Amino acid sequence: MNATASVSSGARPLRSVASLPGVAWALIALLLTFATAAPNFLTMGNVNNIAAQSVVLLMLALPTTLVIMTEGIDMSLGAVLSLAGVVLAMVLVASGSPLLALGAAVGVGLAFGLANGALVSVLGLPPFIVTLASMGVAQGLALVITDGDSIIIGEQLSVLVNGSLAGLTMSIWLALAFYGIFHVLMHRTRLGFYASAIGGNPEALRFAGVNIRLYHIGIYALSGASAGFAALILTARMSAGHPSAALGAEFDAIAAVIVGGTSFEHGKGRLFGTLVGVVAVGVLRNGLNLMNVSSAIQVSCIGLLVIVSLLLDNLKGTR
Amino acid sequence: MKARLITAAEGSQRRNSALRISPLAARFVVLLLLCVGLATVSESFVTSGNALNILRQASLLFLLASGLTLVILTGGLDLSVGANVGLAACVAGVIIQSTGSVTLGVVAALACGTVVGLINATLVTVFRLPPFIATYGMLWALHGVTYAYMAGESIHGFPPAFRALGSGYLFGLPVPLLIAVAALLAGSYLTMRTTRGQEIYLMGSSPEVARLSGVPVGKRLFLVYTASGLMAGLAALVFLARLNSAEGDIGESLTLPAIAAVLLGGASLFGGVGTLLGTAVGAVILTLVLNGMNLLGINANWQPLVTGVVLLLAVVADVIGRRGDTQ
Repeated sequence: MNATASVSSGARPLRSVASLPGVAWALIALLLTFATAAPNFLTMGNVNNIAAQSVVLLMLALPTTLVIMTEGIDMSLGAVLSLAGVVLAMVLVASGSPLLALGAAVGVGLAFGLANGALVSVLGLPPFIVTLASMGVAQGLALVITDGDSIIIGEQLSVLVNGSLAGLTMSIWLALAFYGIFHVLMHRTRLGFYASAIGGNPEALRFAGVNIRLYHIGIYALSGASAGFAALILTARMSAGHPSAALGAEFDAIAAVIVGGTSFEHGKGRLFGTLVGVVAVGVLRNGLNLMNVSSAIQVSCIGLLVIVSLLLDNLKGTR
Repeated sequence: MKARLITAAEGSQRRNSALRISPLAARFVVLLLLCVGLATVSESFVTSGNALNILRQASLLFLLASGLTLVILTGGLDLSVGANVGLAACVAGVIIQSTGSVTLGVVAALACGTVVGLINATLVTVFRLPPFIATYGMLWALHGVTYAYMAGESIHGFPPAFRALGSGYLFGLPVPLLIAVAALLAGSYLTMRTTRGQEIYLMGSSPEVARLSGVPVGKRLFLVYTASGLMAGLAALVFLARLNSAEGDIGESLTLPAIAAVLLGGASLFGGVGTLLGTAVGAVILTLVLNGMNLLGINANWQPLVTGVVLLLAVVADVIGRRGDTQ
């Protein structure tokens, strides 16, 4: 019952803004801090910059929302994204066809997602350990096929990063399209409803005759395929595929989802919250960059953001 | 999820009453078969140098996996052990080089590991974060702090007295092996012969029963996560002494093997099942596999892949074995 309520409230963005968890306050505090501490923060160029940096994160955080709603987790996303990135670069260099390269990258992601989903849903293995193991496998494969080297692709995909349409860069359009697709999946198809039920009340689904495995595996497959697609943007931005390019990217994604108000219990998911969470993590990274804080320390700050958001939620009693 | 926990608990009870010894015996058989296999395919495997080398590597892995075993027995997980080794080793290395005092470095590494363990325990008990999320966040936070602390520098060359911790011999045996055996004995006493140890098992096999029967759950969680941190600090010293150098990424590749060793040793991710002796055997098995790859001339790039597959197989065996128990 709870699960249904939270899903339908997510369909009305305005109301979910009003009920937004601690992340909204955290984001406002971050914006105020950086606007005063870093003079370049509020320029148009920098806002575009934040958006560009957040695109890959959004593409990982949206499927992660669904996965976490099933009381699961996908720790392999960063490693799969890195592997898909080098596969994309290799196929692009060998064939010269961006479409074929994208197909290969999505295929790799999909294969990992299907394997994760099958192990979790059919064999009933704990998701975090399955995806931790597949993280090792993906990381290892990326090292083995590249021998640890980068694969340079030059400027072939730079139109995705630099090209713009109606004032927004191509990658932002892709991110918006991604959000649109996930919004429809979550609120207009059974997938969103079943995702929260798999986490909240799998027994009821089973009694209702729903093929749980199909949807459970489908959600992990979606997660892997999204990572494969995100590899396109990542590789375009770096002009190269590198076997450890995105290791740990799932940490930012999980952080964005948690601060966005999606809970590990009872299948509560907030897609719009995840979007705000992605912006919060993006703003935090960007602001710390402007203040010359090393990317290493930024990770600790994201961890702190998670804890502060959880604390604020505990105080407000929204969880 | 709840249904799964209950079956895990039932499985552990049956296993404890009827066939307590046989899973461990099975692991010794696997270990023997691996040795025989490696001895036939590689001539250099049977040399005493290689045997001591394997024991030394396995000792390091066991030290890291021993504290982790306690955490896994409660049904939790500590993904930060590798990163904890990295920070503790770097802190110890810098302190030994700048002050020249080995004692100070040793104390610093142990303190550093323990503090990280205390923070993990706080995140799990006070903030009620799921253990794998809390310690996974800690993993990246520690990487960050370590990189910032080392600022891309690497340090090497430590006094012989310190290096003995990693590569020295005592009574003809490698020092790391002696440290690991001491840890195994102390840890086994804690888990098998004390009330605290029994409470740790109970928390993993039947959390509800543990809570209702008055086990101080929070205190015991602090005990296991702090122990895991302390053992990571100890492992960092052995690792640093053996490598004789330290840089920012020093512990990165250690977490996955440590978890794999615990699960290979027969501990269940659902908690309540497992022994430190089993983990020791698991550490030797995994070391044999990786060492064997080395002897066969397989590129080290394959190691994360193989460790991942081994981890997966161990989990599959755990879950399927448990299902067999309950049916």
